[in-house]
Amino acid sequence: MTEPLLQVHNLRVEFPTRRGTLVAVDDVSFHIDPGEVLGVVGESGAGKSMTGSAVIGLLEPPGRIASGQILLEGKRIDNLSQDRLQQIRGRRIGAIFQDPLTSLNPLYTVGRQLVETILTHTDMTRGEARRHALNMLKEVGIPAAENRIDSYPHQFSGGMRQRVVIALALCTNPRLIIADEPTTALDVSIQAQIIALLRRLCRDHGTSVMLVTHDMGVIAEIADRVAVMYAGRVVEIGSVRDVIKAPHHPYTEGLMGSIPTVGHHVERLTQIDGSMPRLTDIPPGCAFHPRCKYAFDRCHRERPDLENKGGSHSACWLEADRVRHSPAEA
Amino acid sequence: MSATPLLKLDGLARYFDVSPPLLNRLLERRGHVYLRAVEEVSLEIQKGQTFALVGESGCGKSTVARLVVGLYAPTRGKIEFEGVDIGGLRSRQARFPYQRRMQMIFQDPFASLNPRWRVVDIIAEPLRAYRLVSGRQAIRERVGELLTQVGLSPHDGSKYPHEFSGGQRQRISIARALASNPEFLVCDEPTSALDVSVQAQILNLMKDLQKRMELTYLLITHDLAVVYHMANRVGVMYLGRLCEVEDAKTLFARPRHPYTKLLLDTVPNLDLSGKERVPVAGEVPNPINPPPGCVFHPRCPHANERCRTEVPHPIPDGEGGMVACHGVQEGRLPA
Repeated sequence: MTEPLLQVHNLRVEFPTRRGTLVAVDDVSFHIDPGEVLGVVGESGAGKSMTGSAVIGLLEPPGRIASGQILLEGKRIDNLSQDRLQQIRGRRIGAIFQDPLTSLNPLYTVGRQLVETILTHTDMTRGEARRHALNMLKEVGIPAAENRIDSYPHQFSGGMRQRVVIALALCTNPRLIIADEPTTALDVSIQAQIIALLRRLCRDHGTSVMLVTHDMGVIAEIADRVAVMYAGRVVEIGSVRDVIKAPHHPYTEGLMGSIPTVGHHVERLTQIDGSMPRLTDIPPGCAFHPRCKYAFDRCHRERPDLENKGGSHSACWLEADRVRHSPAEA
Repeated sequence: MSATPLLKLDGLARYFDVSPPLLNRLLERRGHVYLRAVEEVSLEIQKGQTFALVGESGCGKSTVARLVVGLYAPTRGKIEFEGVDIGGLRSRQARFPYQRRMQMIFQDPFASLNPRWRVVDIIAEPLRAYRLVSGRQAIRERVGELLTQVGLSPHDGSKYPHEFSGGQRQRISIARALASNPEFLVCDEPTSALDVSVQAQILNLMKDLQKRMELTYLLITHDLAVVYHMANRVGVMYLGRLCEVEDAKTLFARPRHPYTKLLLDTVPNLDLSGKERVPVAGEVPNPINPPPGCVFHPRCPHANERCRTEVPHPIPDGEGGMVACHGVQEGRLPA
């Protein structure tokens, strides 16, 4: 058994506000094995991006890790100083964000940004760094990389910019990449290119990826395992096949049913009524119970924890009580 | 198929002048520059249908939507609503009766509702503008009715837009669009800004309303899965031009245009087939300087010399569908 690359234990992220403390991420635990792609999926406000930011230590104040541990290759990284974290970030953890335009500096050429990143984190000389930068640009599929290396970010299209960002994240050969909605700002045909690229690069370099997205289709294409988040908690986690084909949590089930798919004709989509609770009023018990068609007494009172349901792990009282009130029977 | 379609676009084109300022043109001897956002778009929408226009960003689908409802004036071509060319009607007065009958739902429910107005005033605006209902009490009642129709409570009328979630705001937009009893709704990416579970609610609502009120939709979207779920007919756009128009069933089963095939191939799906996709290289070119010939030829695996020089014209298939591709016409590609 190899040691997981990343372990997150009982992570809790809080935002102190004037009207009390908001819990954006609540008791979240998961791990990522070397070379594995973990998808983190959920709707806006589910806490998925916040979890990603916590792992790379980029929580925006006043947000803070209130409790829990984050371990990279067995060593804690959640309690490091900013200086130490800076060394890890970029060197061992890379990041790809949604909007490629804001994650590149518009004032520097892409070559300079790549070279500087490489120089900061490795022992290469400037000449080596530039050669390596050029190779990275070629590897992510920038045509005529020799000519484009001295271009500025605005001279690239959206898809090409995202390729540059991927090159930037991979240029120091990190062990883990946090990719936060890497394809959301792109068109579908470009999205497919970027997904294929990410998958190939991670396979070649043995890099693990934590892929944060709201798009189950992207998860199905690229991830090995998936964690489904709802209202700051992981409600279901398991292999992509288990979660997509045999979801245990009613939220996952509803989510899957609500996605229209080409080739599966349905008259009406499954509808989860209501919307995700705001962080200010997360209901007691299971946070999903007001929208859950199976909810019973216990769901209103007690908060379920993740447990093995055969296949995936899910946080739901249903099978624990071995009553599956399907609406047809009720 | 019935005789007169509810909406017919004939050779519709819209150019935008993106020229440099006059002084620069004079000093630098540069000419006018036009962005051809929409070029030669012809289609028919029958009553009660959902016609989806699909394409990537910058393909001109939203411009078509805005042309149809009259937010832009066409550069060329006709927009016929029940046989009357409304694109040619210049005076407000003349357009008025047609405008009431077609309404629009916008993409971003955070930007399309005035944050300083109460919901009741937002929804009542069309009622007042078209003088459909008069009297405070009557307006309140009608607004309550509309709110109930879209799954909100009549009491929500006294709130402001910021008190609602994205999905609820989109419901308010729909209620406002329905206020003038339209027959035709232009929906420009109505669910793109929403989460999937909320998207399902809105799509279900749109289907229910269509059935109940016999609405006709022009649905603009980039999401093929939404198209598959909603549309009877589909038009695929690329760089301002329609490349294929077909019944939804046929289009998804037998796409003919190489671009349609590309789009269908690249949609990530939940099949877990594990098949390696071959993503098509290249990106959408700049519409200010589109490639000559077929605009898709730089990315098309089947392009030949003719595609690089000659613009393909729509080939009707006799059943109202069409495809604009030299390869299909010559029989090089399976039709």
